[in-house]
Amino acid sequence: MSSEQIAQVVDAKGLSCPMPIVKTAQAVKGLASGQLLEVLATDPGSTKDFAAWAKSTGNELVEQTVEGGVYRFVLRKK
Amino acid sequence: MEDEPLNIVLFSGTEDRLQAAAVMASGAAALGRKVNIFLQYWGLEAFRKEKVSTSLGLAPEAGARGAALVAEAAAAGQQPWHATLRVAKELGEIDIQACSLSMDVLKIEEEDLDPLVDGVEGVTAFYLNAGDGHILFI
Repeated sequence: MSSEQIAQVVDAKGLSCPMPIVKTAQAVKGLASGQLLEVLATDPGSTKDFAAWAKSTGNELVEQTVEGGVYRFVLRKK
Repeated sequence: MEDEPLNIVLFSGTEDRLQAAAVMASGAAALGRKVNIFLQYWGLEAFRKEKVSTSLGLAPEAGARGAALVAEAAAAGQQPWHATLRVAKELGEIDIQACSLSMDVLKIEEEDLDPLVDGVEGVTAFYLNAGDGHILFI
């Protein structure tokens, strides 16, 4: 677990592709560089999508876990 | 590639194909790519003010079972194609242009179109703006 403080949480559970990524991109816009964002999603494509989005945009995927069908991602704004 | 826009020629006017186009556009917008959408024929017709929020049917291959599954997703809260596009337009740079030839053929005036549409252009302007980016035909 990261001991750093999460600046914002996006609950995208129940939303289908591409809304979890769209909501994440929106939220990241409002953060300062270095701040952490937590995203919760149930879309089964999330794992690959979040890795691809982070790689493409340069934001860092700090953590990813899955529990009970809920994917949890922690991203750091570049 | 990531600096080049994604360009979508949206010809089809059924809800499933419109949703597919909206998904491709919003995904690209989330990656920070500019998106150009060029509306032709039935894709343009779907953007008439009075049509946007109405039922526009599905592609023939949907069949009864496909239609039932799409209806189920909508009932479970999946947003319609035009809502997906509106959210994507707030997020990124998505320019939606009506094909001037299709405007003529279908007797559509600019004021007949939903505000999602940014303007009217010809195919040459579309190619110019498309640059070296991908072109999808839906």
